[in-house]
Amino acid sequence: MAVVYEKSRGLTDNPLTYCPGCSHGIVHKLVAETLVELDILEKTIAVAPVGCSVLAYEFFNCDGIQAAHGRAPAVAAGIKRTNTDKIVFTYQGDGDLASIGTAEIIHSAHRGDNITVIFINNAIYGMTGGQMAPTTLIGQKTSTSPYGRKEEQAGRPLLVSEMMAPIPNAVYIERTSVHDVANINKTKKAIKKAFENQINNKGFSMVEILASCPIGWNVSPVDGNKFIKEGLMPYYPLGVYKDEGGEN
Amino acid sequence: MAKVLMKGNDAISEAAIQAGCKGFFGYPITPQNEIPEYFSRRMEEAGGVFIQAESEVAAINMVYGAAAAGVRTMTTSSSPGIALKQEGISFIAGADLPCVIVNVSRCGPGLGGILPAQSDYFQATRGGGHGDYYTPVFAPSNVQECWDMVFHAFDVAEKYRTPTMILIEGMLGQMMEPCEMTKRPTYQMDKSWCVDGNADKRPRNTITSLSLYAEVLEQMNIDRFKKYEEIAKNETMVDNQVKDGDEVAIVAYGTPSRIVLNAIEELKADGIKAGLIRPITLWPFPSGEFQNLPSSVKHVLAAELSMGQMVEDVRLAVNGKLPVHFYGRTGGSIFEPVEIANKVREILGKGAK
Amino acid sequence: MANLVTITESMCKGCALCADACPKNILEMAKDRVNNKGYHPATCINMAACTACAICAKMCPDSAIRVERDA
Repeated sequence: MAVVYEKSRGLTDNPLTYCPGCSHGIVHKLVAETLVELDILEKTIAVAPVGCSVLAYEFFNCDGIQAAHGRAPAVAAGIKRTNTDKIVFTYQGDGDLASIGTAEIIHSAHRGDNITVIFINNAIYGMTGGQMAPTTLIGQKTSTSPYGRKEEQAGRPLLVSEMMAPIPNAVYIERTSVHDVANINKTKKAIKKAFENQINNKGFSMVEILASCPIGWNVSPVDGNKFIKEGLMPYYPLGVYKDEGGEN
Repeated sequence: MAKVLMKGNDAISEAAIQAGCKGFFGYPITPQNEIPEYFSRRMEEAGGVFIQAESEVAAINMVYGAAAAGVRTMTTSSSPGIALKQEGISFIAGADLPCVIVNVSRCGPGLGGILPAQSDYFQATRGGGHGDYYTPVFAPSNVQECWDMVFHAFDVAEKYRTPTMILIEGMLGQMMEPCEMTKRPTYQMDKSWCVDGNADKRPRNTITSLSLYAEVLEQMNIDRFKKYEEIAKNETMVDNQVKDGDEVAIVAYGTPSRIVLNAIEELKADGIKAGLIRPITLWPFPSGEFQNLPSSVKHVLAAELSMGQMVEDVRLAVNGKLPVHFYGRTGGSIFEPVEIANKVREILGKGAK
Repeated sequence: MANLVTITESMCKGCALCADACPKNILEMAKDRVNNKGYHPATCINMAACTACAICAKMCPDSAIRVERDA
């Protein structure tokens, strides 16, 4: 028998703390597989955020550190700038990166930190119980937008990739999704490129990944993936928003 | 070694480089700007990294990252900027990481002003951020001591794996004095715990201040306080000049302690004997000194550039045995020797001059 | 010999993304039992029909599925 697919050794044996059907587990696998395939696992430092993935350092089978809410890119800069031969990535949700950490993510790209950013956009604060995020859709009901998000009160959702791409030293910005296998495969390619860019000293790379939060959205896991496609993707178009790194 | 005339801020910068600081992360704020400026000039040739961060918040988190990777690292700021760093300092303390934070303090609250003050004493000595923790705080009173204290602050930070703070007033940062730039050997820290991407040579490492289990987090806090006990036992520093026959012990730290020395000289001419107790570490506070004062001492006076902060530690240390008085100026005003001398005369029931 | 889908039931959270994604519709949540986490674990009901495409395993957020191809 030939193994076609098995759990990556880039993941530890710690049981994932995510809810059933949550996309974090899928993205964790893709990152872990990439670190193994690029043979960089042992020299990688993962920077975990505050949010559902606060314990990500328990799951990636490499060195890991937990950062204050939104500050992961600054922590990553501190590590990477003083250890340029190592691989550093942040793993951040939309509350962490797109709300409290906007200054840190923008200036990390602005400085051109040679790091990889994995950005999970599920349009909600999951960990704290499903509150409105900057990425929550107009009309979307959350625990702090119980009547649906209203533009006049909260504005329209923040388009992070579109916002990051024009930053001069952002090298690679792509938005992908993990709602089906074809898109999971594309996401893996994007993650791989974001790490290859770092290996080749090309600079700041970020992959925004549309993700499901079935519990926060109050839908089944299967319907959660449908909502990525039918709810999120029309507002958050997938695609490469910037690629100045070229081939690796 | 020949002495060089230099500013306190420059002495701190060069001393940090000589002490092996390889990561400096800062943000402009008066009156500490000479420090990031110095690092921006020198760090590259010294083989280190200088980054002007987008905020004090980012700077302290860069320190958190570099410290976690086992790099000697430092950030500097001034009062409102140090307030912004408190979240990060709490994380650094909670993750048991070594670094040095320098506060070239100014007056507050709010934007306050850019003139010197000592009104960050509470912020510095009570942890400053959320949670149960302390940072050892060193308060040099001249440029030479600034130089020496940087080496010491790094050593204490790494020996105990804790953030340490150097607290000076803006005037010491700006003041030029002769300084002997002696490089001294530094503590060599074991780095097997660091997240430096060497998991091919050891099991993977993780660094966090998080625990969701009460009994685990409680034990982490208890263990950290055992460390603080060790620090209090081994690292408390004080310059106690009180002699038998002195009637008043005047407590002052930093540059104002030098003004107090002039007041003591002035009082001597009147036949009034007073002596200085200068805490060099503000945390741990040298409380023991107040238990063994000569029996001639009848009064204790705390003199600070604040509305009265250190005086609380003095009262706790004296523990009701003697009356504790306070004299302070604030808002950037600095007391003159005669003000302190007159306060002593008032305490002793003698007329002011 | 058929291809082999091995589901580590203790890791499964019963989200059913695997079953939804399986092109052969041979995975379902075992309603007759719960695992140590309290979920009905995924199970393969017709191993002979498995093409070892591994779509189920790629969809699984909990890395609970291993797929082997009959060589």
